[in-house]
Amino acid sequence: MKVVVGLGSCGIAAGARKVYEELDHQVKNNNLDIDLEITGCVGMCHLEPIVDIYDEDNHLERYVKVSSDKILEIINKSIEKNQDNTYKISQVDEEALGKQVRIAIENCGVINPERLEEYLENGGYEALKKCLLEMTPEEIIGEIRDSGLRGRGGAGFPTWFKWNAAMVEKATPKFMVCNADEGDPGAFMDRSVLEGDPHRLLEGMAIGAYAMGAEEGIIYVRAEYPLAIKRLDIAIKQAREAGFLGKKILGSDFNFDVRIKAGAGAFVCGEETALIASLEGERGMPRLKPPFPAQKGYWNQPTNINNVETFANVPWIIRNGGEAFAAYGTERSKGTKLFALTGKIKKGGLVEVPMGMPIRDIIYGIGGGILNDKKFKAVQMGGPSGGCIPAELDATTVDYESLSKVGAIMGSGGMVVMDESTCMVEMARFFLDFTRKESCGKCIHCRLGTKRMLEILDRIVKGDGREGDIELLESLAVEVKDGSLCGLGQTAPNPVLSTIRFFRDEYEAHINDKKCPAHACKALITYEVVEENCIGCGMCKRSCPVDAISGAPKKIHEIDQEICIQCGKCYEVCKFDAIKID
Amino acid sequence: MGCCGAREQKEHFLDEAVDLTLIDGEINKYKEVKGSLITILQHAQEIYGYLPLSVLEHIANKTGIYSSQVFGVATFYTQFRLNPVGENLIMLCKGTACHVNGADKIEEVIIEELGINDGETTEDNLFTLNNVACLGCCSLSPVMMINGETYGSLTPQKTREILNQLKEESLLVREGN
Repeated sequence: MKVVVGLGSCGIAAGARKVYEELDHQVKNNNLDIDLEITGCVGMCHLEPIVDIYDEDNHLERYVKVSSDKILEIINKSIEKNQDNTYKISQVDEEALGKQVRIAIENCGVINPERLEEYLENGGYEALKKCLLEMTPEEIIGEIRDSGLRGRGGAGFPTWFKWNAAMVEKATPKFMVCNADEGDPGAFMDRSVLEGDPHRLLEGMAIGAYAMGAEEGIIYVRAEYPLAIKRLDIAIKQAREAGFLGKKILGSDFNFDVRIKAGAGAFVCGEETALIASLEGERGMPRLKPPFPAQKGYWNQPTNINNVETFANVPWIIRNGGEAFAAYGTERSKGTKLFALTGKIKKGGLVEVPMGMPIRDIIYGIGGGILNDKKFKAVQMGGPSGGCIPAELDATTVDYESLSKVGAIMGSGGMVVMDESTCMVEMARFFLDFTRKESCGKCIHCRLGTKRMLEILDRIVKGDGREGDIELLESLAVEVKDGSLCGLGQTAPNPVLSTIRFFRDEYEAHINDKKCPAHACKALITYEVVEENCIGCGMCKRSCPVDAISGAPKKIHEIDQEICIQCGKCYEVCKFDAIKID
Repeated sequence: MGCCGAREQKEHFLDEAVDLTLIDGEINKYKEVKGSLITILQHAQEIYGYLPLSVLEHIANKTGIYSSQVFGVATFYTQFRLNPVGENLIMLCKGTACHVNGADKIEEVIIEELGINDGETTEDNLFTLNNVACLGCCSLSPVMMINGETYGSLTPQKTREILNQLKEESLLVREGN
């Protein structure tokens, strides 16, 4: 019997490590005939901790939301073939997994990321072998071109074009860099690949390095991802020992090695030239292009940078052919895309779907709909550089062209779902606050423009919005876009523009009527007692931190609006729906 | 720092007397490797828990990198801290998913319970609060990480319980010493 515990970061946070330790303890102490293994994230974060049990015939049963005190019971029942379905994965969740097409994360949640053998058993390093022994660099780039693979980090630039530009450069040494500095708040696609299938990244990088002629690879990974760094480190050592990295790889003339560089936390390092400055030990500030990194990158040498997901697609494309990859997706957006589905969603997690799938199919078909069955309002895509797509446009398909048509972007794949209780003005303020903090300060329009825009949004949500503020935001947005050197500044106003475009009425309600339609902005709401429901229990009175509530026992209570600080405590504690927000 | 802002900086940052030789091994290891300043600073923070001004000066002197550049890099990246942290470092996630699911409410509770704002340490040196951009556990939002342990699906009540428990545990450890 084999038992596999999912030990990705979210699994561990949900208690998977305790399940694993308990099981390990039981196996050792009671000499159980159990092969205990670990795996990465299968993507169903809402069901963590997840435990897979394979019986003697290699038949898989998946158990979800397992706790350390239940694990032994589950295993015993499984041994006895007892059909107890309490912890088994539901049919619906199983089907949700079936709606996905897994290419970049085909091994995540399946193999043990700390064992090279398991990667090899699943076709690992076959693509590299094929490239080194049977293909020329031109043929590899041709295959990637046929696949239609575009950069998965945000901008969607054709991967083959970048590789080709770096290949034709004569200067050496050349560098292959992987951007694993996933800085978009609300996205964890790269982390899941790094933790669940690190060899895949190394293989993808090695193939790209062979195609462009690089001998040194650098993975720039967030220091906030300690588990990813640990597993990458293990994978690099294993690959070196097995001869997949190092000198004369697989008997060819190709030399390539990889090292990890821990990033120190700066969103702007998603921009290629800023990332290079950071690799060189400087402040991560972008510079003018051209020259492009393909011509003058790391230490002024030809450099290619791709993100984790892009590399993770490469081995599959080489093994199955570019055409097979291009068979998925739309005319101009080929293949699949990973999304981190989060926010007000029932079944959040990591999903990989073919490009061109309507957003509603992802939210309802895979994500199970909106949390607490509230009303779906919008989905935010592309993080601080992206935009909101309102509920009425939920037929929009996820591909580069359709998303940019509605003012959002594919971005790296963050998909944050919002319901009726999310204030869109406040959301725009949240993103602006983020980009303002993360602006490197080089361009005046980005440095000061985002600050001015934030000040305006701040006053709007505080109820001090003035007539003309919306127009002022719109004109500042254009100037910040035009006056900024890099992607951060050029896209920072997007969340504001997109919310103004689709939710202008909310802005107007804040400014003109001093009301927040979502009841989210504190300064614009009042808490009032619903007299017919109040039984005078006194719970609200006791919980109020500023003594704004008065009333005798069993008599209707009253809130003094002059004293009330809108903390919402009374609303939370009232069991009789006797407090309303207006 | 050997520039006119030196006095002002010293007023802003606590600069304890620390053993500068602790970082010498790392400096010597990376001194000749160009582009290693961030790596050296990361090691220094691991050793001292933060980056004391004297250590920054020491790194500048030993590596030959301008102290303004060392200070520039140390203040640019969010990972680096110029002040020491308390025994329990609370990293409160303020990512998009956590924000949508009520991270602000959790922050209010922490401020109320501990009396510290983002970046501050309690007077008894038990807690430091740091708001971070994203911890990557979005499906458990709102989330905070304390001393490497992740606490998910937080509610105001749950947050209070966690803080109180940690406080008790830390005080017990102190008494034990």
